[in-house]
Amino acid sequence: MIKPDRIVTTTCPYCGVGCNLELHVKDDFIFKVTSPFDSPVNHGNLCVKGRFGYDYIYHPKRVTTPLIRKTKQEAGRRTQAFDLSEWREVSWDEALDYAADRLVEIYKRGGSDAMAVYCCAKATNEDNYLLQKMYRSIFRTNNVDHCTRLCHAGSVVALQQAVGSSAMSNTASQVIQNDVFIVTGSNTTENHPIISLQMKEAVQKHGAKMIVVDPRRIELVDFADLWLPLKPGTNVPVFTAMAYVIVTENLVNHDFINDRTEGYTEFLASLEDFTPEYAEKISGVPAEDIRKAARMYATAKNAAIYWGMGISQLSHGTASALALIHLAFLTGHIGRDGTGLNPLRGQNNVQGASDMGAMPFHYPGYMRVDNEDNAAKWEKTWNIEAGGLSRKLGLTTTEILSHAHEGGVRALYIMGENPMMSEPNLNETRKHMEQLEFLVAQDIFINESGAFADVFLPATPFAEKDGTFSNTDRRVQRVRAAQKPRGQSRPDWQIICDLALRLESRLGRVTAKWDYSNPEEILREMAGVNLDYAGITYERIDKVGLIYPVPNMNHPGTPTLFKDSFPRGRGKFHVLDYVPVMEEADDEFPFILTTGRVLEHWHGGTMTRNSALNEAYPEARVQMHPADAEMHGIRDGDPVKVQSRRGEVVLRATVTEKTTVGVVFIPFHFAEAAANLLTNDALDPQAKIPEFKACAVQVFPAREDELAHPDVMLSRGRY
Amino acid sequence: MTENVTLTIDGKQVSVESDTTLLKAAQQIGVDIPTICFHEATTSNALCRICVVEVEGQRLLQPACIVKAAQDMKVRTRSEKVVRARRTVLEMLASTMDLSDAPEILTMMDEYGASAERFPDAERRESEVKDDNPMYVRDYSKCLLCWRCVQVCAEDAQYTFAINFDGRGFETQIGTFFDRSIPETSCVLCGQCVAVCPTGALKPKREFLLEQGMSPNEISVLNTGRKRRKEK
Repeated sequence: MIKPDRIVTTTCPYCGVGCNLELHVKDDFIFKVTSPFDSPVNHGNLCVKGRFGYDYIYHPKRVTTPLIRKTKQEAGRRTQAFDLSEWREVSWDEALDYAADRLVEIYKRGGSDAMAVYCCAKATNEDNYLLQKMYRSIFRTNNVDHCTRLCHAGSVVALQQAVGSSAMSNTASQVIQNDVFIVTGSNTTENHPIISLQMKEAVQKHGAKMIVVDPRRIELVDFADLWLPLKPGTNVPVFTAMAYVIVTENLVNHDFINDRTEGYTEFLASLEDFTPEYAEKISGVPAEDIRKAARMYATAKNAAIYWGMGISQLSHGTASALALIHLAFLTGHIGRDGTGLNPLRGQNNVQGASDMGAMPFHYPGYMRVDNEDNAAKWEKTWNIEAGGLSRKLGLTTTEILSHAHEGGVRALYIMGENPMMSEPNLNETRKHMEQLEFLVAQDIFINESGAFADVFLPATPFAEKDGTFSNTDRRVQRVRAAQKPRGQSRPDWQIICDLALRLESRLGRVTAKWDYSNPEEILREMAGVNLDYAGITYERIDKVGLIYPVPNMNHPGTPTLFKDSFPRGRGKFHVLDYVPVMEEADDEFPFILTTGRVLEHWHGGTMTRNSALNEAYPEARVQMHPADAEMHGIRDGDPVKVQSRRGEVVLRATVTEKTTVGVVFIPFHFAEAAANLLTNDALDPQAKIPEFKACAVQVFPAREDELAHPDVMLSRGRY
Repeated sequence: MTENVTLTIDGKQVSVESDTTLLKAAQQIGVDIPTICFHEATTSNALCRICVVEVEGQRLLQPACIVKAAQDMKVRTRSEKVVRARRTVLEMLASTMDLSDAPEILTMMDEYGASAERFPDAERRESEVKDDNPMYVRDYSKCLLCWRCVQVCAEDAQYTFAINFDGRGFETQIGTFFDRSIPETSCVLCGQCVAVCPTGALKPKREFLLEQGMSPNEISVLNTGRKRRKEK
């Protein structure tokens, strides 16, 4: 038996569930991970990533020395350098001085609009707060965003418009209190594995009924009472037809509508066309099943809705989320335990990074940047002269890159993100990256995006730093260092502070304060203005986290929101139109491609593809329905070429009834067959979220030698 | 609503809700009953019998992990009969399986004066280490068939149903459908089975490799090149 030197409790770095981990460390090597069985979040259960997926920390390709590119990169001719031989190992001083010199030079020449930064939903609250503070206080720009734009921006905007808040209204563990719940656009089993366990438990042990609304026959369908297999991008007609049924069969909660909402009359008038038969024609879901689902949801004592990217990642993602919100307004299934509107957040700290103001329209605490009072508060906190902060809304993730040209964004700072895998239409993304004049990458590996950088700042992963993550439940939990940073790598917050001081002195700015002695001081500075976090200290969340809002030091946290009112006052109904996806299937591109994740991998793959997880799931696969496969002469395991108007990839096919006829599915983790080469960069006009969930493709048989790695073959019973 | 019942455990009175097990009732008054197959997170099945207690009026010893408290019940947790039964359970375990990774059971053996040599002719349940997936190894020579792994894989946590009992009687072993390798089953590699294994029969691969004498650096470069896979 191996006796650990120490066991360190911390929070999982993968998904938004925020499972509690115990890292067993021997000689600065994590050899085992366990979880306390009394954890309020995950009750001791973990998924394969949480329990085994930490070995990337020790991967030989991890970069632990600051690097500068040997060949000077020029805008328009920027190249990728994955190999260490193309980089020069330098000291931290040299790397930071070089970064500071170049950033300041570009800022002096191009002004605030030339500067932009990607914060990181994997990094801590403290890291994200500091990075947005650096860009806002020093470069006076709001060109600050992170991958929330690519996942739940549609949900966030819809919830802001309709209720005035943008997190889950209830906690995931309340799912066992639901009598009926809808899961839509979320393959929960693979993306939030521990929440799916609670969903299965709710059905199997607590008598709850589950309705799955999803174009794929996901595993939860095995546990569902009803499955509505809609065509990708037809959420608005399906859910609005449910609203139609609830209204026409008089299943509405009139008291709730009268007391808590506004805009009902206009909404009612707009419902007329959304009959279940109309929705059936568009979505393919039988009208009778839409009626059944509506009745089940509306007549339940407690009902809740859980949703994922299938709602938000559409060019009408905001409308899709509003259609769900309407169901809760009509029935009053919100504001009580076991009900609610629950967007399942993807990343471990996407909720926190958003709370920290890593967004172009908001300071920490969702305070609009174009509001004078808000700006004044942060000017005071950051020692900035009145009127010093920019009031101009910044660019979003996708816009930052599309503005990378002469007169636009010239310098980009990327902390931990990988747009060269996660943006839609990657061929276009590549052109934009090439146009940058200067790129800083702060990461643990040279990934597809970092390979474009001029300077690489080696940061530490979750197990080598202290801080906090805020999970999808709004629970703020501790992250603790289990071992020393490897090599010369440093925690993100320290890197940012050192760079910020250099920038301030070069620009002669009054310091906004960067001399923190520990991350808690950073959190407390933020909590002085973002009052949702006012009552959170490291001591209070030492054992279990606190669910914000925590307005003061004695407040126990708020698991269920909106008990008496909504933040905007009354919940607002919105009139919706059905807008089809931007690119529908046609003769030339007869399939709809939808993208997502698999259990074993994480997003762009920086962590999981450098882990034993990659052995468990080593190659990209495209899922096709047997009927489609037969028609195209494709057998399970055959190499195929999938082509869209924007790009093509070659990968093996998995022939499976997990997808529906006419819909193919590719996970987006695999650089050698990147699904995002194919996806459509059409944006939702309000949320600016791209339409990852639907684009038209064609599938052709291909040859083995066209595969990037023909010798690799996924061989798993469950896939 | 459950009613309260009052019972006596080792001469001490305790009042508990009527659906409380004897194990939990004893815990409430600080009486320690040993357990092996019991786990807070799994359904109790009274398989290992180490938690047996004597209940007045009952001919057979009763497993405290499942028997519920009842009004006026008189329970003895350390009677001679109980101690002898526990010692025998431990001696039978030690005679058939490898307890080297089960320090808690070894401590119990000391406590109960159990001898690993009590049944010298017993056939040991030997098994090769199964190393068939990237995440964990299975050494069923160390398995005492507590059923916890099977339960967490099923309704106690995962609803995955990748493993179950295989074989009958002495031949019983935890196995997969048609003895397939773990990657070929419905296994999600969550390792929940590893988390509840009381005897080290299931172990994270990395821990296993450290025990085999590999250094962290050697382990970290394993399989970092591209892995060749067999054609189907």
